[in-house]
Amino acid sequence: MELIWLIPAFPVVGFVVLVLFGRLLGKPAAGWFASAMVAGSFATTLVVFLDLLSTQSAQRVFEQKLYTWMPAGSFTATFGLMADPLSIMMCLFVTGIATLIHIYSIGYMRDDENFSKFFIYLNLFVASMLLLVLGNNLLLTFLGWEGVGLCSFLLIGFWHTDLANSSAAKKAFVANRIGDFGFMVGIFLVWVTVGSINYADIRAYAPNLAAGTATAMALLFFLGATGKSAQLPLYTWLPDAMAGPTPVSALMHAATMVTAGVYLMVRLNPILHEAGWANDVIAWVGVATALVAATIAVAQNDIKKVLAYSTVSQLGYMFLAVGTHNYVAAMFHMVTHAFFKALLFLGSGSVIVGMAHEQDMRRYGNLRKYMPITAGTFIIGWLAIAGVPPLSGFWSKDEILAGAFNAGPAGPVLWLLGLITALLTAFYMTRQVIMTFYGDEKWREDAHAEAHAGADEAAEAGDEATGAPVATAVAAVDHAHDDHHGLTPDHEPVESPWTMTFPLVVLAGFSIVAGVLNLPFSDKLERLGNWLHPVIIGEHHMPNAPVLFGLASGAITTSIVGILIGYAVYEKRKADPSKIELSVLARGWFIDESYSKFMGGPGRAFYQGVADFDSKIVDGVVNGVGKGSLGIGRLIRPAQSGIIRTYALGFGVGAVLLLVFVVTRMSL
Amino acid sequence: MLSVILQDTPIPISANPVIETPEIVWSSLAPHLILILGGILLLTLVSLLRGKAPSWFHAAWTVVVAGAALGSLWPLWSRVQEDGPQTLIAGAVGLDGFSLFVTGIICVSVILSALLLEGYLRRENLVGPEWYVLMLLSASGGVIMASANDLIVLFIGLEILSVAAYVLASMHSRRISSSEAGLKYLILGAFSSAFLLYGIAMTYGATGSTNLVRIQQFLVDTVLIKNGMLLAGFAFMIVGLGFKVAAVPFHFWAPDVYQGSPTPISGYMASGIKAAGFAGFIRVFVVTFGGTYAQQWRPMVYALAVLSLLVGAYMALIQTNVKRMLAYSSIAHAGFILIGVTVATDKGTSAALFYLLVYAFMVTGSFGVVGIIGREGDGKHSLDDYQGLGKTRPGLALIFAVFLLAQAGVPFTGGFLSKFYVINAAVAEEQYVLAVIAMVSAVIAAYLYLRIIVSMYFAGADDHGVSPEMANPPAKKVPAGAAIALGIAVFATLWLGIVPDTVTSVANEAVARLVAFQG
Repeated sequence: MELIWLIPAFPVVGFVVLVLFGRLLGKPAAGWFASAMVAGSFATTLVVFLDLLSTQSAQRVFEQKLYTWMPAGSFTATFGLMADPLSIMMCLFVTGIATLIHIYSIGYMRDDENFSKFFIYLNLFVASMLLLVLGNNLLLTFLGWEGVGLCSFLLIGFWHTDLANSSAAKKAFVANRIGDFGFMVGIFLVWVTVGSINYADIRAYAPNLAAGTATAMALLFFLGATGKSAQLPLYTWLPDAMAGPTPVSALMHAATMVTAGVYLMVRLNPILHEAGWANDVIAWVGVATALVAATIAVAQNDIKKVLAYSTVSQLGYMFLAVGTHNYVAAMFHMVTHAFFKALLFLGSGSVIVGMAHEQDMRRYGNLRKYMPITAGTFIIGWLAIAGVPPLSGFWSKDEILAGAFNAGPAGPVLWLLGLITALLTAFYMTRQVIMTFYGDEKWREDAHAEAHAGADEAAEAGDEATGAPVATAVAAVDHAHDDHHGLTPDHEPVESPWTMTFPLVVLAGFSIVAGVLNLPFSDKLERLGNWLHPVIIGEHHMPNAPVLFGLASGAITTSIVGILIGYAVYEKRKADPSKIELSVLARGWFIDESYSKFMGGPGRAFYQGVADFDSKIVDGVVNGVGKGSLGIGRLIRPAQSGIIRTYALGFGVGAVLLLVFVVTRMSL
Repeated sequence: MLSVILQDTPIPISANPVIETPEIVWSSLAPHLILILGGILLLTLVSLLRGKAPSWFHAAWTVVVAGAALGSLWPLWSRVQEDGPQTLIAGAVGLDGFSLFVTGIICVSVILSALLLEGYLRRENLVGPEWYVLMLLSASGGVIMASANDLIVLFIGLEILSVAAYVLASMHSRRISSSEAGLKYLILGAFSSAFLLYGIAMTYGATGSTNLVRIQQFLVDTVLIKNGMLLAGFAFMIVGLGFKVAAVPFHFWAPDVYQGSPTPISGYMASGIKAAGFAGFIRVFVVTFGGTYAQQWRPMVYALAVLSLLVGAYMALIQTNVKRMLAYSSIAHAGFILIGVTVATDKGTSAALFYLLVYAFMVTGSFGVVGIIGREGDGKHSLDDYQGLGKTRPGLALIFAVFLLAQAGVPFTGGFLSKFYVINAAVAEEQYVLAVIAMVSAVIAAYLYLRIIVSMYFAGADDHGVSPEMANPPAKKVPAGAAIALGIAVFATLWLGIVPDTVTSVANEAVARLVAFQG
């Protein structure tokens, strides 16, 4: 277990070496080197995991203090790592999936001029994520948290010559900053109350927390989690973040980074245990996000946007589980979701490459003929996320829903909402699969008309606020055109190279079997539950076996109904899709737009429109801070006139004010 | 009011009065002497050489002199750590960890600024050793301020520091804005000096001494029934010192002067001069009036801190000139350091010291980059001039991004920890409101730094084609001196964020103490 420091050290070394010699290594050696580093990290994690497994379950905590990072009087932050069942489980799937995605990226990025730079960021990301997970105190987690945020920012904007990408990057940055504020205040609150920010100390102290304090802490950290894990109301950045390269979407915005919020909540379960109604807030926000995002996903036409909203929705499930104290289910779903969502994203990336970087599903069709491996694995991912047994998604989703059913008086309502989400999930995924891999080869139709339709759609559904979106809308059209030029009616899609299909196959395998991690049939089969048991405070009870069986049958039926509806609408054309794909859904319930309108500019102005960034931010700040500060501004700005007399006057006024204060204080 | 007669030694009346000169431990004055003599020697040497010295000679000399002063701190530090703080020259000057630490910051600032100045002067076709001489003299004034144990000595130090700085601000004779900056700085500086001097006089009137130890002793022994004069003295001294550190509402000069001054000099002002100003602030208020009188001056400094934090960050946001932005952001930084002052604890002092050190690296580095980007004429400072810098000059842009992120307080940079320590000191004194205001200010300011970074990396490279500003002439090579300075500054900024332990332990021991002079 002393090897634990090696886990983050590998990608750090990779990062440093690539920064120095990345260009020298060139293509594809830099990519292979980066992959090897992450694989090394994975191997180390395995060793530590086996080590941990061989110790008694009560003693499965190992802390390694590397050095004291920040001494400040009574407060010290150590740079220490902690291996316990929770962190090692996270490390296993983070490094495992990251290795696969690194390999995939070698194929995906093969034509990119900034090849080695991409892997620099990826390695830095993995290092930050491992720090987040392995840190033994809140501050280190926060560091990792900021680190992954930075990498996400850099990677979304990786093709930053592209307007949409760089504004999406900024959007992600801003949304995350709002969440980070909650996280930071939360850390301060913990430190003031507990007197330490080490997880071990927090855990020991938690039972003594006053209910009000614990509630406040839970809500603050949850605010942080809503930012990073894209929950209502801060989820809007994630769909936009799809502007980045697809492996990035798979790694960060599906499998690992966005689950950091869930990890944080599970890590802090001793606090949540005392937090009272904060748990209800988490559960309701989770289920609301799951439902809202699923409805939006129904009407998206961009292959990656569907998956993005789907991710938001699935993360909502995880928070539902957290809010109902069902931490094992949250972690279980996190792992299975990581497998099948990474698979779906990588599959979509394979399709996008095969289709000359076209992302509009309305121009796909019948691709199973051209890309058999991609299609086959994608279909496995589809069945897994739709909740068809015995694939992994069914088991974890069912555990969340069953747990929610049992959670107090509101439980059945939570369960029902979750079930509706499951129905929608099955439906929109079926829609995606049929549009992409079945039906007619639509790109062979009149390309020009289609391109325009796509561009119009981009302008319309590109959720532009009605303020000054002209420039960006035009840019979006340009962007669409840029991407269209490759896809001509005589285009022949080809299957991707083995570096891309190999990860797909591996992930498909895991998506099928990952359910065995935690089967509800006997205590012994609940491996994940037993493994995580020492980390979690409090008991969570599943419904009795008959009820559980009833709920499971309900879930299976729902999935199948969802798939059948999708089949009927999109394959058999029994109903007009436009009746379902309402424009209100396509535009995400106008949530994003109302933010911009509500904020009177700064929100949208801030992250949209790089070109008019300057003028917008000035207005945005002035408007945003409100009329009051406008008054202040009026007061101050003329004061800074450049004329010395005015300055001296300001000086004098200041001095007089101080003297007035003195007069009130003094005793003559 | 209790009347207290000061027991001064009676002057012996005799036919041949013997004036006793105090004993001076010269070695303890080493940093100060090295700076002054180095400056004067440079001037003499260059006039003897009559222009035969190569252009890099002045800068190299300055770096060596400041480096020697920095080196002389080590033996003094261990002396202070072993024997405790001591006073020199009949109690006029104090030698303690605090004064040595501040001296170190000033020397660092001189070294970095001199390195940056070298390339700058060559580019601008400005010659002469005067720049460096003035900087060394100004620094020596700062050192006097940092170690002053007497209000008059403090004032003298401040004047030495300032007069040289007034001239430096206006040295770029071809730029009208430089002359304007110098003039403004001079007039308002004189104004503020008057306040400070008046404050000193009132304090003297109230306590019967200008010696900090005696003042403190007097206030401990005596209960002032009428404290009006003393408090008025506080107010006036706060005005005078508040001007030097550019705290709101005595900040008006700073944006104009920072913007107008030659850029490396702006860096020196923001780091070295600010450090000296804070040294005076802390020595007078925290150390001398720190006890029961803290509640009398604290609300005033508190107000200055809050105003500086908010006005600085807010005004910085609405600027379009990068140099001016940095000026306002330096006001916000002053607000942070004032938090360390206003809590008036050892913790606050060491937090302020750490902040000043980190800030010295960040800000000289930032102004260094700005000076290079400013190009010939030192005029290209609009935000538009930074468009696409990430493409045209990736190295410079990356370095600037590090400085900006550090100023924004991103973890793993010194900027994060310095803010953290200051807020930590405020929280330890249960000043939660102040802590929250500081965080709000940090958030507002973060947008500002982000704005510059965005301009460098994301703007100018979109579909709108190449903007006219983008049509940069081929990038010139960064001068060697500047490259070294920027390298040092980046390294230090990151080092202080990753392994701060080495410096924080020093800062924690660098507490200011007043020691009575035992003649």
